[in-house]
Parts: sequence; structure tokens; C-alpha cells
Amino acid sequence: MSIIQVKNLKKTFGTNEVLQGIDLTIAKSEVVVIMGPSGSGKSTLLRCLNFLEEPTEGTIRIGEFQVDAGGNKNRKRKKEIRELRKITGFVFQSFNLFPHKTAIENVMEGPIIIHGTKVEEARILAKALLTKVGLGDRCDYYPAQLSGGQQQRVAIARSLALNPMVMLYDEPTSALDPELVKEVLQVIKDLAREGMTMIIVTHEMNFAKDVADRVIFMDKGVIVEQGTSEEIFLNPKEDRTRQFLSIVE
Amino acid sequence: MDVTIIIDSLPSLLKATLMTILLAAISIVIALIIGFFTAIVRILKVKILNGIATTYVSIIRGTPLLVQIFVIYYGLPQIGISLDPISSGVVALSLNAGAYLSESFRASILAVDNGQMEASLSMGMTYSQALRRIILPQSLRIAIPTLSNTFIVLIKDTSLVSVITVTELLQMSSLIIAKTFEPLTIYLLAAAIYWVLITFFTTILDKLEVRSSKYLVR
Repeated sequence: MSIIQVKNLKKTFGTNEVLQGIDLTIAKSEVVVIMGPSGSGKSTLLRCLNFLEEPTEGTIRIGEFQVDAGGNKNRKRKKEIRELRKITGFVFQSFNLFPHKTAIENVMEGPIIIHGTKVEEARILAKALLTKVGLGDRCDYYPAQLSGGQQQRVAIARSLALNPMVMLYDEPTSALDPELVKEVLQVIKDLAREGMTMIIVTHEMNFAKDVADRVIFMDKGVIVEQGTSEEIFLNPKEDRTRQFLSIVE
Repeated sequence: MDVTIIIDSLPSLLKATLMTILLAAISIVIALIIGFFTAIVRILKVKILNGIATTYVSIIRGTPLLVQIFVIYYGLPQIGISLDPISSGVVALSLNAGAYLSESFRASILAVDNGQMEASLSMGMTYSQALRRIILPQSLRIAIPTLSNTFIVLIKDTSLVSVITVTELLQMSSLIIAKTFEPLTIYLLAAAIYWVLITFFTTILDKLEVRSSKYLVR
């Protein structure tokens, strides 16, 4: 069974229809890269999957939790959205680490608050995850004392701490200096190899070629075309895709 | 200027200073509670309460404290609410400072980057968990300088309560002057005591600000 299923997802800001009915199915362990020009709706799509934006219409299912768009904000629906978020890791362009907590405290926060894990257990888990992203020696640093690449790796560890079924990345390397991009992409690649299901919005073409099982090209709120990275990068069928690729490359 | 006058009047002035501290301390605590909840109500736009909170802040900030004190002490008895001078003073001072504090709290909560709330929610936290664990600790640090300001003003404003016969520092000074005819000495003495008091509290708050900002140091 697919792990993510999106049906007819629409999102309107005022009169601007940013998502015009997106259908998307993602299988377990699949790595999907979403590309497209700015304003194409790719970030909005990702944010809708986590209900950071409330979609206008459509249905989203992640794992066993299905939430319909546009419902009222009653307690039951809020709880469903929380359940859906708990099994979804979200990595932001601007990291959004908690600045008043150390790296390890950032990672411990989720298990303690969401899963009710005991502090000592959470610390062991967090230490292991920070080691996994190559920051085992930075546990007690505050975010302000870390480089952008290190901060983003802590953010990934923070998401992993909740043992998510799916990881969503919203331009994870766009805020980084060029020399720091690689270390973050390496962590994401390692996760892909371990079989993590991931959706990644990015402009990193080479990375997409390396890691993506499927590349989706979006423009003006619709999926223009999708396929393997070879299909999209070497033989794009649509003019819009070709145009975009010629600008990016 | 006679030194003996200073020595003679100092015990009374210091005793009256205790009343000033008491007024300020009780009012600050109540004002912090009022200010915090008013800010939360306004940020969450809680139905009905939001309107009440907004009107409260507007009225308090739009009228002089002295008028508020008169309304509470001289005005309210007319509709059957009689408070003694000290209670009237505390009510007026806390309502007044509460309104200003609510604005500081509100601004400092809104000043925390929206990404912090998004990151918390995306983990599956409830809104109130996110507020408590992530947003408020950060906004408190932002709020300290303006809190500090409100505290200073509150300590000074206790002097206005002298007009409704509360024997705090200023009222006591006037009483002593009535006996000694030494206004310059006594008022300067009172001023010095206010200054020491306020310097003491600002030093504590400055230390607190430095401590709460330690995580921002590279």
C-alpha cells in the first residue's frame, strides 16, 4: 500500500490558485524530488502535506491517518492533524532549530513531549542520532554556535527522533553557503539508502539525479510531468520542463 | 541644611519606603498575571474576551493614572464599592501596569520567528505545548528590557498613591516637611531613596537579561 496519497489537493490564497488539484501517490521507501520555478506551488504542496498550510480542497492520507481539507477546526480534526504530523518529519529551509536549547536538547524535545519518553532515554536516542548525522561532538552547542550545515543536520536529527514514516524537506540547502550543501545532502542520501520515504523540494539537480526514484516537475500549481531522473533531465516531454531545465543548467 | 534632620527623619522615611516596596511588589505580581493573560487573549483572539481586553488596554493607556486612582478611590464608593486607600492603590497600579505589560508580552510573543511555531507544530505539538515550551521562553528574553521599564515606572507611580492618603515614601516626606520646614533636604532624601530602589531592581533585571541571552553568544 502506498504510504502517502494525495487526492485533488487545491490551495487558494485569495484569488490565486496556488495548487490546482494535485494527485500524488508515494510508495514506501520511495524518494521523490519536486522541482519547479519559484511560485510553482512546490513548497505549498509540501506544507499542505503537514497542514502548515490549510488546503482548500482535497484529501491527504499519510500512513493510516487521513485528513480532508477545509474541515472545521474542531478538537477531533486537530487531533487527526497532530497524529499525521507525528509520523511526518519536516525539514525547513531556515532550519528553525529552537535557539534557546542545545543541539541535543533540540533533538530530545520531540521524544519527551510527543512520545513521553523519559529524559535519560531521550538523551541516549538524541546522542545516537546526532552521531549518525556526524555531530556527536556538538551535543552541547547552541544553534548560534553551529554552522548552517550543522544546524540543518541537527534539524534532520530532530525530525528523525520521532521515528517518522516519511520525511519532507522544503529546500533544505537553499539557505546554506555552497561549501556546506554537500554535508547536508550526504545525510539525506544516507537516509535514502536506509529506505526512508522522502519528498524533497530542491534545486540541486545533481543530487536529484543521484538520489531520486522519481522526479516531479511542477509549474503554476500543477504537476507538469514526472518520471525517473533520466526521463525528466535527459528526455523531458513538456516544453515548460525543457525551458526550466535550460535555465537551471 | 542640617545633618540631624536627615538622621532624625531617616527612620520614618525608610519605614514609609517599605510601604512603597509593598505597593510596588504586590502590584507587579498582579500586573504580570493580568498582563500575561490579556496578551494571550489578544493573540489568540478569544471571542468576547478579546474585545474586553482590547478596550481595557485602550482605556488604561488613554487616561492618566491619577484619574484612574481618583475613580477607584473616590468614584467607586458611589456605586457601593468602597476600598481602603491601600487596596485602591494596589488595584489602580496593577490595572495600569497590567495594560502596559500586556503590550510588552504581546509584542515579545509576536516577535518570536513564526518558524519556531511551525517547527513545533510540525512535530505534532499542540498549540499550548508549543507556546509553553518553545515560544514563551524565547519571548521572555525579548520582553525583559520593556518589563524592566514598566517596573521602573510602577515603582515611581506608587508616589501618586500619596494623594489618597497612603503613607508611602512621598506622603511621609510631606508629613515630615510640615513639621521641619526643610523641603529641599527631605525631598532630595526621598529622591535618593527612590533612586537606590530603582537602581537595585534594574541591576537585577539586567543580570537576568544577560543570563537569559547566554544562548545567543557565539
